[in-house]
Amino acid sequence: MARFAMVIDTKKCVGCMDCVVACKTENNVPEGYNRDWITQEAFGNFPNIQLEIRSERCNHCENSPCVSSCPTGASHYHDIGGVVLVNHDECIGCKACVASCPYDARFIHPDGYADKCTFCIHRVEKGDKPACVSVCPTNCMYFGDLEDPNSDVSKLLKSRKWHTLHPEAGTNPHVFYLT
Amino acid sequence: MNSLSRRRFLKISGATIAFAGAATSMGTFVKGAEKVEEKTGSIVKGIQKIPTYCDVCFWKCGAIAYVKDGNLWKIEGNPDDPLSNGRLCPRGTGGIGASFDKDRLRAPLMRKSVRGEDKWVEVTWDEALGYIADKMKKIKVEYGPEAMALFSHGVGGNFFKHTIKAYGSPNITAPSFAQCRGPRETGFELTFGDVLGSPERTDIKNAKCLVLLGSHLGENMHNTQVQEFAEAVENDASIIVVDPRFSVAASKAKYFLPIKPGTDMALLLAWMNVIVKEELYDKEYVEKFEFGFEQFAAEIAENTPEWAYPVTGIDPKVIRETAREMAKNKPASLVHPGRHTTWYGDDAQRSRAIALLNALLGSWGRKGGFYTPYSTRIPGYPYPAYPKSEKGTADNPNHKYPFAEGELISTGLREATITGNPYPIKGWLVYATNLMQSLPNREETIKAIQNLDLMVVVDVVPSEITGWADVVLPESTYLERYDDLNTAPFRESFVSLRQPVIDSPNDQKPNWWMAKKLAEKLGLGNYYPWKNIEEYLDTRLKSAGLSLEIMKKKGVVKGPKQPIFYEDGVPPVFWTPSGKIEFYSLRLKEHGFDPVPKFTKHEEPPAGYFRLLFGRAPVHTFAKTQSNPILKDMMEENELWVNNDIARRYGLKSGQYIKLKNTDGIVSNKIKVKATERIRTDCVYMVHGFGQNSKRLRSTFLKGASDSQLVTKYNTDPLMGGTGMNVNFVTFEWEA
Repeated sequence: MARFAMVIDTKKCVGCMDCVVACKTENNVPEGYNRDWITQEAFGNFPNIQLEIRSERCNHCENSPCVSSCPTGASHYHDIGGVVLVNHDECIGCKACVASCPYDARFIHPDGYADKCTFCIHRVEKGDKPACVSVCPTNCMYFGDLEDPNSDVSKLLKSRKWHTLHPEAGTNPHVFYLT
Repeated sequence: MNSLSRRRFLKISGATIAFAGAATSMGTFVKGAEKVEEKTGSIVKGIQKIPTYCDVCFWKCGAIAYVKDGNLWKIEGNPDDPLSNGRLCPRGTGGIGASFDKDRLRAPLMRKSVRGEDKWVEVTWDEALGYIADKMKKIKVEYGPEAMALFSHGVGGNFFKHTIKAYGSPNITAPSFAQCRGPRETGFELTFGDVLGSPERTDIKNAKCLVLLGSHLGENMHNTQVQEFAEAVENDASIIVVDPRFSVAASKAKYFLPIKPGTDMALLLAWMNVIVKEELYDKEYVEKFEFGFEQFAAEIAENTPEWAYPVTGIDPKVIRETAREMAKNKPASLVHPGRHTTWYGDDAQRSRAIALLNALLGSWGRKGGFYTPYSTRIPGYPYPAYPKSEKGTADNPNHKYPFAEGELISTGLREATITGNPYPIKGWLVYATNLMQSLPNREETIKAIQNLDLMVVVDVVPSEITGWADVVLPESTYLERYDDLNTAPFRESFVSLRQPVIDSPNDQKPNWWMAKKLAEKLGLGNYYPWKNIEEYLDTRLKSAGLSLEIMKKKGVVKGPKQPIFYEDGVPPVFWTPSGKIEFYSLRLKEHGFDPVPKFTKHEEPPAGYFRLLFGRAPVHTFAKTQSNPILKDMMEENELWVNNDIARRYGLKSGQYIKLKNTDGIVSNKIKVKATERIRTDCVYMVHGFGQNSKRLRSTFLKGASDSQLVTKYNTDPLMGGTGMNVNFVTFEWEA
């Protein structure tokens, strides 16, 4: 069984938002909404500053509060790779998932359903990378299968230091940030 | 003027490559040429992939546009293109939004009332172009053809340039020289006898040490440079960032030098002082190529790190350490020349200091420094000769700025329009450059415009400058038109094609069509012997062994790989009078300038004022993309960066709106405060291009503040006429 994950090298990321734009055009995300976004976090005092730049999105958690809070079963784990998806037809737009997500990764699409990053599963199933990964001018984003020890993502998590977001939430997220 | 000829200034030292025979050795066709389609009626069902090249900035990345069931869907980088390497920047990726902009110009407009009042009537193309041609004929009779000036930015201006030259005017300019990269070209030309060009010939990816002075790569999103910057970061290059603001690039740096604004020259002199005194320079290279090294060394002998310390605020220990770091990595030590270099008015000399520091490091012509670029030679279309102008250009009377040769000074043409000296300028044709945001001191621009008999603006959207026109011509977006070929000099020679991906939605027209029709109405139809642009492009391409058919499928064709470094057998060639690197410049001396750069103290902000600095955001280009609905979603207004201590002192909180007032009493539109640790306390910073005041551009009308509006003062570079714009001071104004 594959387990998809995204690994993002914060050392290379310049926060240019190309990932956000590419997602928007690839997935026709409506004006005023985004499925991914950039966070810049600065620590320290001028001029001794450290800056972490992160491209953030749904973490496709192993233990997803959005799936467990969904009253209709619209939010679910996909058959492949543990990707968390929303079945638009079953979603009633109740926002329980939006409230439960510790990453604030979901929004209600103007058409009435909960929407968020899909890891571009429509591309991945064809052998392509997610749009954000394939557009990145700095090549700072990696996508692959954690079950495969030879994948870029497995190797990077072995060789580099990394962290995840809100580990205290106990969601077991699958977007990793190299530092 | 002096020994520097126009031809030489314009040339890039790398050889041009002819394409004869290259057509047979082209690799695989782009996947994009495949069409998965079935025709139903006039709409092509399925997905079409059409290669073209981008126009959101001047980098001109090769791209592939996707059209799904006849609708523009998305655009990606063309993997065969050496500029994009298959990855566009965020502006390129979001470029398709330009076609969906609800406020686009739809039909030609003519002014209904006084100039600047922004009241219009829609007219036909025939009426609009007829009016312009009549006015231009009248101007020619009354004042001569030179009284017509063209302000043009980007490749789309090529055909208008052709029409204006055929009409007989040499007054063709762009703000990209005197408001941007001009000082850098002059500084490097005076030193190495050659310019940087565009794309810059910097080998960032192989640099072991990269020095950025104010260059904010990553925020400034010139695609290949940012891609290479990320490679340098990955390769653990030693990065040194000099900036009053903790930029994104600073966060990747080994050394961040938070310099006091306006003092970069002192730091550069101190670095060179250390490298010369400690004999850390590339001796073999310098000995072989130097002219005037001894005099240079003597001139900078007093510029020690201790001297520079009170000027720059940089610890002498750090100055020494960073100088040694550069020297340790030479010749793969690249001191980046920057691009927007019009800061303080002594910018050509500062750029020359950067060139000299690179010379000491032996990086010009070297791997990890500056490569020798190659471009494709595609013969021009065989046109009749242009009429010769007796008067010469109007931008630089008596060669007041002796080292501005090669390109015209846009602000010089503006001045001639105001004063009538050296002769009157009575018509402006403005193509794709929002002069209200790109030239300093708006009042002067308006004054010049009010002196005109004819003011024409060609644009895609109703930008601010269109509001000052007599006639506005609506252009098709870059995704809806052909343009001239791109054969920019680069690591390898290439040629790329821009072709239409979709149709224009209304009565917009491509620039080539407008320029041709205008020429015909002016009685200059013999300068447009071709029927349409396909014929023009095919004729040019066939003369180089290619064809339009091939280019339409591939988008980009590359020439053979050539060695581009000294160490690979390409010695640097110096087109200076001495044929060497001019550490000491007799040309400067002859004209009464410092033969070796010297530090000049610049004015400091009065109490209670802060220096206004401005820069770029990765998601916008100049002032032209703010209304693109996709890019607007990424950033719809700019913020004012204010140091936390200053914010506390003035009671400012992040997110609150304030206005800025400069020392001339000009008050900006409101702007959101970003209180941050990431900037010095003596300056504030904003992203350029916002605070636009065109009501017809509804989505971006008065969103954020305009730095240009506050740039009422500028220091003119005595060498080349550039306008140093980082010399304005602002204070806070609370909203009533």
